[in-house]
Amino acid sequence: MTHRKSLSLNWRRIPERYQLLGNECATCGAVFFPPRALCSKCRRKGTLEDKKLGGLGEVFTFTAVRSPPEGFEHQIPYVLAIVKLKEGPFITGMVTDVEPQEVSIGMPVRSVFRRISEDGKHGVINYAFKFVRA
Amino acid sequence: MRKVGIIGCGLTRFGEHWGEGFRELAGEAGLAAIGDAGLTGKEIEAIYGGNMSAGRMVGQEHIGALIADQAGLNPIPATRVEAACASGGLAVREAYISVASGLYDCVIAGGIEKMTDISTEQAATTLMGAGDQEWEMFFGATFAALYAMIARRHMHEYGTTEEQLAAVAVKNHEHGSLNEKAHFQNRITMEQALNSPKISDPLKLYDCSPISDGAAALVIASEDFIKRHKKEAVWIAASAQASDTLALHSRKSFTTLAASVEAGRQAFKQAGISVKDVDVAEVHDCFTIAELLALEDLGFAKKGEAGREIAGGRFRLGDSPTINSSGGLKACGHPVGATGVKQVIEVVDQLLCRNGKRQVSGAEVGLTHNVGGSGATCVVHVLRR
Ligand SMILES: [Zn+2]
Repeated sequence: MTHRKSLSLNWRRIPERYQLLGNECATCGAVFFPPRALCSKCRRKGTLEDKKLGGLGEVFTFTAVRSPPEGFEHQIPYVLAIVKLKEGPFITGMVTDVEPQEVSIGMPVRSVFRRISEDGKHGVINYAFKFVRA
Repeated sequence: MRKVGIIGCGLTRFGEHWGEGFRELAGEAGLAAIGDAGLTGKEIEAIYGGNMSAGRMVGQEHIGALIADQAGLNPIPATRVEAACASGGLAVREAYISVASGLYDCVIAGGIEKMTDISTEQAATTLMGAGDQEWEMFFGATFAALYAMIARRHMHEYGTTEEQLAAVAVKNHEHGSLNEKAHFQNRITMEQALNSPKISDPLKLYDCSPISDGAAALVIASEDFIKRHKKEAVWIAASAQASDTLALHSRKSFTTLAASVEAGRQAFKQAGISVKDVDVAEVHDCFTIAELLALEDLGFAKKGEAGREIAGGRFRLGDSPTINSSGGLKACGHPVGATGVKQVIEVVDQLLCRNGKRQVSGAEVGLTHNVGGSGATCVVHVLRR
Protein backbone atom coordinates (compact mmCIF):
# COMPACT_ATOMS: atom_id res chain seq x y z
CA MET A 1 0.00 0.00 0.00
CA THR A 2 2.87 2.38 0.77
CA HIS A 3 4.48 3.80 -2.31
CA ARG A 4 8.13 4.79 -2.08
CA LYS A 5 8.66 8.42 -2.98
CA SER A 6 10.73 9.21 -6.07
CA LEU A 7 14.14 10.85 -5.59
CA SER A 8 13.17 13.95 -7.53
CA LEU A 9 10.09 14.63 -5.35
CA ASN A 10 12.27 15.77 -2.47
CA TRP A 11 15.45 16.61 -4.44
CA ARG A 12 13.73 19.58 -6.09
CA ARG A 13 13.01 21.12 -2.67
CA ILE A 14 16.65 20.92 -1.48
CA PRO A 15 17.55 24.65 -1.85
CA GLU A 16 14.45 25.61 0.15
CA ARG A 17 14.74 22.95 2.83
CA TYR A 18 18.56 23.00 3.22
CA GLN A 19 19.18 26.75 3.00
CA LEU A 20 15.79 28.26 3.92
CA LEU A 21 15.58 29.84 0.48
CA GLY A 22 12.30 31.76 0.22
CA ASN A 23 11.34 34.76 -1.83
CA GLU A 24 10.31 38.39 -1.42
CA CYS A 25 7.93 40.53 -3.46
CA ALA A 26 9.81 43.62 -4.69
CA THR A 27 6.47 45.41 -5.15
CA CYS A 28 4.93 45.03 -1.69
CA GLY A 29 7.77 43.64 0.43
CA ALA A 30 5.94 40.47 1.49
CA VAL A 31 8.29 37.61 2.33
CA PHE A 32 7.29 34.04 1.44
CA PHE A 33 8.61 30.81 2.84
CA PRO A 34 8.19 28.33 1.27
CA PRO A 35 8.66 30.45 -1.87
CA ARG A 36 5.58 31.13 -3.97
CA ALA A 37 5.28 31.37 -7.75
CA LEU A 38 2.98 34.38 -7.38
CA CYS A 39 2.70 37.13 -4.74
CA SER A 40 -0.69 36.37 -3.19
CA LYS A 41 -1.33 40.11 -2.66
CA CYS A 42 0.01 41.72 -5.87
CA ARG A 43 -0.55 38.68 -8.11
CA ARG A 44 0.72 39.56 -11.62
CA LYS A 45 1.88 43.03 -10.56
CA GLY A 46 4.34 41.52 -8.07
CA THR A 47 7.97 40.72 -8.85
CA LEU A 48 9.42 37.91 -6.78
CA GLU A 49 13.11 37.71 -5.88
CA ASP A 50 15.01 34.98 -4.01
CA LYS A 51 15.55 35.64 -0.33
CA LYS A 52 17.57 33.51 2.09
CA LEU A 53 16.04 33.49 5.57
CA GLY A 54 18.08 33.62 8.77
CA GLY A 55 16.31 30.76 10.54
CA LEU A 56 15.56 32.73 13.71
CA GLY A 57 12.05 32.84 15.07
CA GLU A 58 9.75 31.91 17.92
CA VAL A 59 7.33 29.08 18.66
CA PHE A 60 3.82 30.30 17.79
CA THR A 61 2.07 27.03 18.63
CA PHE A 62 3.20 23.42 19.14
CA THR A 63 2.24 19.85 19.92
CA ALA A 64 3.94 16.62 20.95
CA VAL A 65 3.16 13.97 18.35
CA ARG A 66 2.66 10.55 20.01
CA SER A 67 0.72 8.78 17.24
CA PRO A 68 3.11 9.01 14.28
CA PRO A 69 2.67 8.81 10.54
CA GLU A 70 4.75 6.35 8.50
CA GLY A 71 8.48 7.11 8.56
CA PHE A 72 8.40 8.81 11.97
CA GLU A 73 7.72 5.76 14.18
CA HIS A 74 11.19 5.84 15.78
CA GLN A 75 11.06 9.50 16.79
CA ILE A 76 7.96 9.66 19.00
CA PRO A 77 7.21 11.62 20.99
CA TYR A 78 8.46 14.55 18.93
CA VAL A 79 7.62 18.22 19.16
CA LEU A 80 6.08 19.76 16.06
CA ALA A 81 5.60 23.52 15.97
CA ILE A 82 4.52 26.38 13.80
CA VAL A 83 7.39 28.83 14.05
CA LYS A 84 7.02 32.54 13.30
CA LEU A 85 10.22 33.44 11.48
CA LYS A 86 11.84 36.82 12.14
CA GLU A 87 11.28 37.86 8.51
CA GLY A 88 7.51 37.25 8.86
CA PRO A 89 6.52 33.87 7.40
CA PHE A 90 5.17 31.03 9.55
CA ILE A 91 6.50 27.53 8.95
CA THR A 92 5.84 24.01 10.28
CA GLY A 93 8.85 22.13 11.68
CA MET A 94 10.11 19.95 14.50
CA VAL A 95 11.63 21.41 17.64
CA THR A 96 14.42 19.06 18.67
CA ASP A 97 16.90 18.49 21.53
CA VAL A 98 14.16 19.40 23.99
CA GLU A 99 11.49 17.60 26.04
CA PRO A 100 7.85 18.39 25.15
CA GLN A 101 7.18 19.91 28.58
CA GLU A 102 10.07 22.38 28.12
CA VAL A 103 8.51 23.99 25.03
CA SER A 104 6.23 27.02 25.32
CA ILE A 105 4.56 29.57 23.06
CA GLY A 106 6.98 32.43 22.47
CA MET A 107 10.12 30.32 22.99
CA PRO A 108 12.94 31.69 20.75
CA VAL A 109 14.31 29.13 18.28
CA ARG A 110 16.88 28.88 15.50
CA SER A 111 17.06 26.46 12.60
CA VAL A 112 19.54 23.60 12.39
CA PHE A 113 20.17 21.06 9.63
CA ARG A 114 18.95 17.57 10.59
CA ARG A 115 17.71 14.20 9.37
CA ILE A 116 13.89 14.32 9.09
CA SER A 117 12.68 10.86 8.11
CA GLU A 118 13.46 7.60 6.36
CA ASP A 119 11.38 6.32 3.49
CA GLY A 120 11.41 2.71 4.72
CA LYS A 121 14.53 0.55 5.23
CA HIS A 122 15.77 0.84 1.68
CA GLY A 123 14.44 4.26 0.74
CA VAL A 124 15.88 7.74 0.83
CA ILE A 125 16.85 9.53 4.04
CA ASN A 126 15.32 13.00 4.02
CA TYR A 127 17.14 16.01 5.46
CA ALA A 128 15.92 19.54 6.15
CA PHE A 129 15.75 22.12 8.91
CA LYS A 130 14.53 21.51 12.44
CA PHE A 131 14.49 24.07 15.24
CA VAL A 132 16.38 24.19 18.55
CA ARG A 133 16.10 26.59 21.46
CA ALA A 134 17.95 29.83 20.55
CA MET B 1 -31.30 28.75 -10.52
CA ARG B 2 -34.19 26.32 -9.93
CA LYS B 3 -35.50 25.21 -6.57
CA VAL B 4 -33.98 21.87 -5.56
CA GLY B 5 -35.06 19.34 -2.95
CA ILE B 6 -33.94 16.09 -1.34
CA ILE B 7 -36.41 13.21 -1.68
CA GLY B 8 -34.50 10.14 -0.56
CA CYS B 9 -31.77 9.12 1.87
CA GLY B 10 -29.69 5.98 2.26
CA LEU B 11 -27.10 5.33 4.93
CA THR B 12 -25.04 2.31 5.95
CA ARG B 13 -24.03 1.77 9.54
CA PHE B 14 -20.77 3.63 10.23
CA GLY B 15 -18.00 1.60 11.83
CA GLU B 16 -15.69 -1.29 11.03
CA HIS B 17 -17.19 -3.32 8.21
CA TRP B 18 -14.96 -6.39 8.09
CA GLY B 19 -17.42 -8.36 5.97
CA GLU B 20 -18.38 -5.71 3.43
CA GLY B 21 -16.11 -4.11 0.88
CA PHE B 22 -16.14 -0.74 -0.82
CA ARG B 23 -18.58 -1.85 -3.50
CA GLU B 24 -21.08 -3.47 -1.12
CA LEU B 25 -21.23 -0.29 1.00
CA ALA B 26 -21.68 1.92 -2.06
CA GLY B 27 -24.45 -0.29 -3.41
CA GLU B 28 -26.24 -0.52 -0.05
CA ALA B 29 -26.42 3.27 0.46
CA GLY B 30 -27.35 4.03 -3.16
CA LEU B 31 -30.13 1.46 -3.35
CA ALA B 32 -31.50 2.53 0.04
CA ALA B 33 -31.70 6.16 -1.14
CA ILE B 34 -33.54 5.22 -4.34
CA GLY B 35 -35.91 3.04 -2.32
CA ASP B 36 -36.50 5.79 0.25
CA ALA B 37 -37.44 8.15 -2.60
CA GLY B 38 -39.91 5.55 -3.90
CA LEU B 39 -38.24 5.48 -7.31
CA THR B 40 -37.23 2.55 -9.50
CA GLY B 41 -33.79 3.94 -10.43
CA LYS B 42 -34.72 4.65 -14.06
CA GLU B 43 -35.42 8.27 -13.10
CA ILE B 44 -31.80 8.88 -11.99
CA GLU B 45 -29.86 10.87 -14.60
CA ALA B 46 -26.41 11.25 -13.02
CA ILE B 47 -24.32 10.33 -9.97
CA TYR B 48 -21.88 12.49 -7.99
CA GLY B 49 -19.81 10.37 -5.62
CA GLY B 50 -17.67 11.90 -2.89
CA ASN B 51 -14.56 9.90 -2.02
CA MET B 52 -11.22 11.04 -0.68
CA SER B 53 -8.78 8.25 -1.23
CA ALA B 54 -10.01 4.84 -2.36
CA GLY B 55 -6.77 4.56 -4.33
CA ARG B 56 -4.69 4.48 -1.16
CA MET B 57 -7.29 2.93 1.13
CA VAL B 58 -8.34 -0.03 -1.02
CA GLY B 59 -6.25 0.36 -4.20
CA GLN B 60 -9.29 1.26 -6.28
CA GLU B 61 -9.68 4.35 -8.46
CA HIS B 62 -12.38 5.15 -11.03
CA ILE B 63 -14.96 5.35 -8.26
CA GLY B 64 -17.68 7.08 -10.30
CA ALA B 65 -17.93 4.21 -12.73
CA LEU B 66 -17.76 1.64 -9.92
CA ILE B 67 -20.71 3.22 -8.10
CA ALA B 68 -22.87 3.37 -11.25
CA ASP B 69 -21.99 -0.26 -11.96
CA GLN B 70 -22.82 -1.44 -8.41
CA ALA B 71 -26.10 0.46 -8.34
CA GLY B 72 -27.06 -1.02 -11.73
CA LEU B 73 -27.36 2.47 -13.18
CA ASN B 74 -25.17 2.22 -16.30
CA PRO B 75 -24.99 4.07 -18.68
CA ILE B 76 -25.70 7.34 -16.81
CA PRO B 77 -22.76 9.70 -16.15
CA ALA B 78 -21.02 9.08 -12.83
CA THR B 79 -18.43 11.48 -11.45
CA ARG B 80 -16.11 11.22 -8.47
CA VAL B 81 -15.82 14.39 -6.38
CA GLU B 82 -12.82 14.94 -4.10
CA ALA B 83 -12.06 17.60 -1.50
CA ALA B 84 -10.54 15.46 1.27
CA CYS B 85 -12.94 15.22 4.25
CA ALA B 86 -15.31 17.63 2.47
CA SER B 87 -15.71 15.28 -0.52
CA GLY B 88 -19.23 14.28 0.56
CA GLY B 89 -20.48 17.82 1.12
CA LEU B 90 -18.99 18.81 -2.19
CA ALA B 91 -20.69 15.89 -3.98
CA VAL B 92 -24.01 17.17 -2.59
CA ARG B 93 -23.15 20.65 -3.87
CA GLU B 94 -22.14 19.41 -7.35
CA ALA B 95 -25.37 17.40 -7.54
CA TYR B 96 -27.33 20.46 -6.38
CA ILE B 97 -25.70 22.66 -9.05
CA SER B 98 -26.44 20.09 -11.77
CA VAL B 99 -30.16 20.15 -10.92
CA ALA B 100 -30.47 23.84 -10.02
CA SER B 101 -28.87 24.78 -13.35
CA GLY B 102 -31.54 22.84 -15.24
CA LEU B 103 -29.18 20.22 -16.67
CA TYR B 104 -30.79 17.30 -14.80
CA ASP B 105 -34.07 16.68 -12.97
CA CYS B 106 -33.06 13.85 -10.67
CA VAL B 107 -29.58 12.79 -9.55
CA ILE B 108 -27.79 10.94 -6.75
CA ALA B 109 -25.22 12.53 -4.44
CA GLY B 110 -23.25 9.89 -2.61
CA GLY B 111 -20.20 9.59 -0.40
CA ILE B 112 -18.11 6.63 0.66
CA GLU B 113 -14.89 5.71 2.39
CA LYS B 114 -13.49 2.28 3.30
CA MET B 115 -10.73 3.04 5.78
CA THR B 116 -10.19 -0.05 7.92
CA ASP B 117 -8.53 -2.18 5.24
CA ILE B 118 -5.19 -0.46 6.01
CA SER B 119 -3.22 0.07 9.23
CA THR B 120 -3.75 3.10 11.49
CA GLU B 121 -0.33 4.49 10.47
CA GLN B 122 -1.17 4.09 6.78
CA ALA B 123 -4.55 5.74 7.34
CA ALA B 124 -2.89 8.66 9.17
CA THR B 125 -0.45 9.10 6.29
CA THR B 126 -3.23 8.89 3.71
CA LEU B 127 -5.42 11.41 5.54
CA MET B 128 -2.47 13.78 5.79
CA GLY B 129 -2.59 13.96 2.00
CA ALA B 130 -5.36 16.49 2.66
CA GLY B 131 -2.73 18.82 4.08
CA ASP B 132 0.44 20.13 2.46
CA GLN B 133 2.56 17.12 1.48
CA GLU B 134 5.77 19.12 0.95
CA TRP B 135 5.62 21.55 3.88
CA GLU B 136 3.56 19.86 6.61
CA MET B 137 3.53 16.10 6.07
CA PHE B 138 7.23 16.00 5.11
CA PHE B 139 8.09 17.42 8.55
CA GLY B 140 6.04 14.84 10.48
CA ALA B 141 2.64 16.54 10.72
CA THR B 142 -0.50 14.46 11.13
CA PHE B 143 -4.05 15.81 11.17
CA ALA B 144 -4.22 15.35 14.91
CA ALA B 145 -1.00 17.40 15.17
CA LEU B 146 -2.41 20.25 13.07
CA TYR B 147 -5.65 20.42 15.08
CA ALA B 148 -3.61 20.07 18.29
CA MET B 149 -1.65 23.18 17.30
CA ILE B 150 -4.95 24.97 16.61
CA ALA B 151 -6.21 23.85 20.04
CA ARG B 152 -3.02 25.02 21.80
CA ARG B 153 -3.36 28.43 20.18
CA HIS B 154 -7.09 28.63 21.00
CA MET B 155 -6.27 27.84 24.63
CA HIS B 156 -3.56 30.52 24.61
CA GLU B 157 -5.73 33.23 23.05
CA TYR B 158 -9.12 32.49 24.67
CA GLY B 159 -8.44 30.41 27.77
CA THR B 160 -10.13 27.31 26.32
CA THR B 161 -9.45 24.24 28.51
CA GLU B 162 -8.98 20.50 28.05
CA GLU B 163 -12.18 20.01 30.08
CA GLN B 164 -14.12 22.15 27.58
CA LEU B 165 -12.76 20.04 24.71
CA ALA B 166 -13.75 16.87 26.59
CA ALA B 167 -17.27 18.29 27.01
CA VAL B 168 -17.65 18.23 23.21
CA ALA B 169 -16.81 14.51 23.17
CA VAL B 170 -19.17 13.77 26.07
CA LYS B 171 -22.05 15.60 24.32
CA ASN B 172 -21.47 13.93 20.97
CA HIS B 173 -21.20 10.44 22.51
CA GLU B 174 -24.47 11.13 24.32
CA HIS B 175 -26.07 11.86 20.93
CA GLY B 176 -24.33 8.88 19.32
CA SER B 177 -25.81 6.58 21.96
CA LEU B 178 -29.22 7.34 20.41
CA ASN B 179 -28.09 6.59 16.84
CA GLU B 180 -28.21 2.97 15.71
CA LYS B 181 -26.03 3.84 12.68
CA ALA B 182 -23.26 5.39 14.80
CA HIS B 183 -19.75 3.91 15.05
CA PHE B 184 -19.79 4.51 18.83
CA GLN B 185 -23.11 4.13 20.62
CA ASN B 186 -21.73 4.38 24.14
CA ARG B 187 -21.88 7.34 26.50
CA ILE B 188 -18.59 8.46 27.98
CA THR B 189 -17.75 10.40 31.13
CA MET B 190 -15.61 13.51 31.47
CA GLU B 191 -13.04 11.43 33.39
CA GLN B 192 -12.83 8.83 30.61
CA ALA B 193 -12.25 11.55 28.02
CA LEU B 194 -9.65 13.40 30.09
CA ASN B 195 -7.78 10.20 31.01
CA SER B 196 -7.70 8.73 27.50
CA PRO B 197 -4.25 8.26 25.90
CA LYS B 198 -2.51 11.32 24.49
CA ILE B 199 -2.45 11.41 20.69
CA SER B 200 -0.97 14.82 20.00
CA ASP B 201 -0.89 17.15 23.01
CA PRO B 202 -3.26 18.62 24.09
CA LEU B 203 -5.52 16.26 22.08
CA LYS B 204 -6.28 12.82 23.49
CA LEU B 205 -7.91 9.76 21.99
CA TYR B 206 -11.42 11.01 22.89
CA ASP B 207 -10.75 14.33 21.17
CA CYS B 208 -10.37 12.52 17.83
CA SER B 209 -12.98 11.13 15.45
CA PRO B 210 -12.42 7.45 14.63
CA ILE B 211 -11.31 5.73 11.44
CA SER B 212 -14.55 4.32 10.02
CA ASP B 213 -16.08 2.63 7.02
CA GLY B 214 -19.39 3.81 5.66
CA ALA B 215 -21.43 5.14 2.78
CA ALA B 216 -24.30 7.59 2.38
CA ALA B 217 -26.49 8.66 -0.54
CA LEU B 218 -29.20 11.20 -1.35
CA VAL B 219 -31.69 11.54 -4.19
CA ILE B 220 -31.78 15.19 -5.26
CA ALA B 221 -34.46 16.51 -7.64
CA SER B 222 -35.93 19.66 -9.14
CA GLU B 223 -39.13 21.22 -7.78
CA ASP B 224 -40.84 20.31 -11.03
CA PHE B 225 -39.85 16.63 -10.69
CA ILE B 226 -40.87 16.59 -7.02
CA LYS B 227 -44.33 18.02 -7.79
CA ARG B 228 -44.83 15.79 -10.81
CA HIS B 229 -44.04 12.67 -8.76
CA LYS B 230 -45.83 13.97 -5.62
CA LYS B 231 -42.80 13.47 -3.35
CA GLU B 232 -42.18 14.80 0.13
CA ALA B 233 -39.03 16.94 0.09
CA VAL B 234 -36.61 18.92 2.19
CA TRP B 235 -35.45 21.97 0.24
CA ILE B 236 -31.86 23.07 -0.27
CA ALA B 237 -32.09 26.75 0.68
CA ALA B 238 -28.38 27.44 0.28
CA SER B 239 -25.24 25.75 -1.01
CA ALA B 240 -21.94 27.54 -0.43
CA GLN B 241 -18.29 26.63 -0.72
CA ALA B 242 -15.05 28.45 0.06
CA SER B 243 -11.32 27.71 -0.05
CA ASP B 244 -8.23 28.70 1.94
CA THR B 245 -4.52 27.92 1.92
CA LEU B 246 -3.66 24.22 1.89
CA ALA B 247 -1.16 24.58 4.75
CA LEU B 248 -2.31 25.73 8.18
CA HIS B 249 0.83 27.83 8.70
CA SER B 250 -0.02 30.06 5.70
CA ARG B 251 -3.26 31.36 7.29
CA LYS B 252 -3.80 34.78 8.84
CA SER B 253 -5.27 33.15 11.95
CA PHE B 254 -4.96 29.62 13.37
CA THR B 255 -7.97 29.94 15.66
CA THR B 256 -10.59 30.55 12.97
CA LEU B 257 -11.18 28.78 9.66
CA ALA B 258 -11.63 31.60 7.17
CA ALA B 259 -13.25 29.20 4.67
CA SER B 260 -15.94 28.36 7.26
CA VAL B 261 -16.59 32.03 7.94
CA GLU B 262 -16.90 32.75 4.21
CA ALA B 263 -19.02 29.71 3.29
CA GLY B 264 -21.28 30.38 6.29
CA ARG B 265 -21.72 34.04 5.36
CA GLN B 266 -22.64 33.13 1.78
CA ALA B 267 -25.03 30.38 2.90
CA PHE B 268 -26.94 32.61 5.35
CA LYS B 269 -27.23 35.27 2.64
CA GLN B 270 -28.49 32.81 0.02
CA ALA B 271 -31.05 31.34 2.40
CA GLY B 272 -32.09 34.76 3.64
CA ILE B 273 -31.75 33.70 7.28
CA SER B 274 -29.53 34.46 10.24
CA VAL B 275 -27.74 31.99 12.48
CA LYS B 276 -30.52 32.45 15.07
CA ASP B 277 -33.01 30.79 12.71
CA VAL B 278 -31.12 27.46 12.71
CA ASP B 279 -32.79 24.73 14.79
CA VAL B 280 -30.40 21.88 14.10
CA ALA B 281 -26.88 21.71 12.67
CA GLU B 282 -24.30 19.10 11.86
CA VAL B 283 -20.83 20.65 12.06
CA HIS B 284 -17.44 19.18 11.24
CA ASP B 285 -16.03 17.89 14.55
CA CYS B 286 -13.15 15.78 13.19
CA PHE B 287 -11.50 16.81 16.48
CA THR B 288 -13.25 18.35 19.49
CA ILE B 289 -11.48 21.68 18.88
CA ALA B 290 -12.95 21.70 15.34
CA GLU B 291 -16.49 21.82 16.76
CA LEU B 292 -15.55 24.89 18.81
CA LEU B 293 -14.10 26.58 15.70
CA ALA B 294 -17.22 25.70 13.68
CA LEU B 295 -19.58 27.12 16.33
CA GLU B 296 -17.58 30.35 16.48
CA ASP B 297 -16.91 30.68 12.75
CA LEU B 298 -20.58 30.15 11.83
CA GLY B 299 -21.76 32.50 14.58
CA PHE B 300 -23.46 29.99 16.93
CA ALA B 301 -21.10 31.23 19.66
CA LYS B 302 -19.01 34.36 20.14
CA LYS B 303 -15.32 34.06 19.24
CA GLY B 304 -13.53 32.26 22.05
CA GLU B 305 -16.75 31.38 23.90
CA ALA B 306 -17.78 28.04 22.36
CA GLY B 307 -15.85 25.93 24.88
CA ARG B 308 -17.46 27.62 27.85
CA GLU B 309 -20.92 27.34 26.23
CA ILE B 310 -20.63 23.60 25.61
CA ALA B 311 -19.17 22.92 29.05
CA GLY B 312 -22.17 24.86 30.40
CA GLY B 313 -24.53 22.39 28.73
CA ARG B 314 -25.45 24.23 25.54
CA PHE B 315 -26.06 22.65 22.09
CA ARG B 316 -27.20 19.30 23.53
CA LEU B 317 -30.30 17.50 22.35
CA GLY B 318 -33.21 19.59 23.60
CA ASP B 319 -31.29 22.87 23.35
CA SER B 320 -31.78 25.18 20.38
CA PRO B 321 -29.88 24.81 18.20
CA THR B 322 -28.96 21.18 18.72
CA ILE B 323 -25.46 20.60 17.35
CA ASN B 324 -24.41 17.21 15.97
CA SER B 325 -27.48 15.20 16.94
CA SER B 326 -26.07 12.26 14.92
CA GLY B 327 -23.15 12.05 17.32
CA GLY B 328 -21.04 14.09 14.94
CA LEU B 329 -17.86 12.78 13.38
CA LYS B 330 -16.69 12.02 16.93
CA ALA B 331 -19.29 9.39 17.83
CA CYS B 332 -21.17 8.64 14.59
CA GLY B 333 -17.81 8.04 12.91
CA HIS B 334 -15.87 9.63 10.09
CA PRO B 335 -15.63 7.64 6.86
CA VAL B 336 -14.26 10.80 5.28
CA GLY B 337 -15.94 10.75 1.86
CA ALA B 338 -19.31 9.78 3.38
CA THR B 339 -19.38 12.29 6.25
CA GLY B 340 -20.65 15.34 4.33
CA VAL B 341 -23.55 13.33 2.88
CA LYS B 342 -24.39 11.77 6.27
CA GLN B 343 -24.60 15.27 7.77
CA VAL B 344 -27.25 16.20 5.21
CA ILE B 345 -29.16 12.97 5.88
CA GLU B 346 -29.21 13.66 9.63
CA VAL B 347 -30.66 17.13 9.03
CA VAL B 348 -33.19 15.85 6.48
CA ASP B 349 -34.37 13.24 8.99
CA GLN B 350 -34.68 15.94 11.67
CA LEU B 351 -36.70 18.22 9.35
CA LEU B 352 -38.97 15.34 8.30
CA CYS B 353 -39.53 14.40 11.96
CA ARG B 354 -38.35 10.84 11.41
CA ASN B 355 -35.33 10.83 13.69
CA GLY B 356 -36.68 8.64 16.48
CA LYS B 357 -35.03 8.97 19.89
CA ARG B 358 -32.94 11.96 18.87
CA GLN B 359 -35.69 13.98 17.17
CA VAL B 360 -35.40 17.74 17.73
CA SER B 361 -39.01 18.83 18.10
CA GLY B 362 -40.30 21.40 15.64
CA ALA B 363 -37.06 21.68 13.64
CA GLU B 364 -37.67 23.75 10.51
CA VAL B 365 -34.25 25.05 9.47
CA GLY B 366 -31.08 22.98 9.44
CA LEU B 367 -27.46 23.55 8.49
CA THR B 368 -24.55 21.29 7.53
CA HIS B 369 -20.90 22.29 7.71
CA ASN B 370 -18.25 20.06 6.12
CA VAL B 371 -14.52 20.85 6.23
CA GLY B 372 -11.70 19.48 4.08
CA GLY B 373 -8.23 19.13 5.59
CA SER B 374 -7.36 21.72 8.23
CA GLY B 375 -9.80 24.15 6.60
CA ALA B 376 -8.67 24.53 2.98
CA THR B 377 -12.19 23.64 1.79
CA CYS B 378 -15.49 24.32 3.50
CA VAL B 379 -18.96 23.44 2.23
CA VAL B 380 -22.11 24.71 3.97
CA HIS B 381 -25.70 23.81 3.15
CA VAL B 382 -28.92 25.25 4.58
CA LEU B 383 -31.97 22.99 4.45
CA ARG B 384 -35.63 23.84 5.11
CA ARG B 385 -38.91 22.05 5.35
ZN1 LIG C 1 3.45 41.67 -3.51
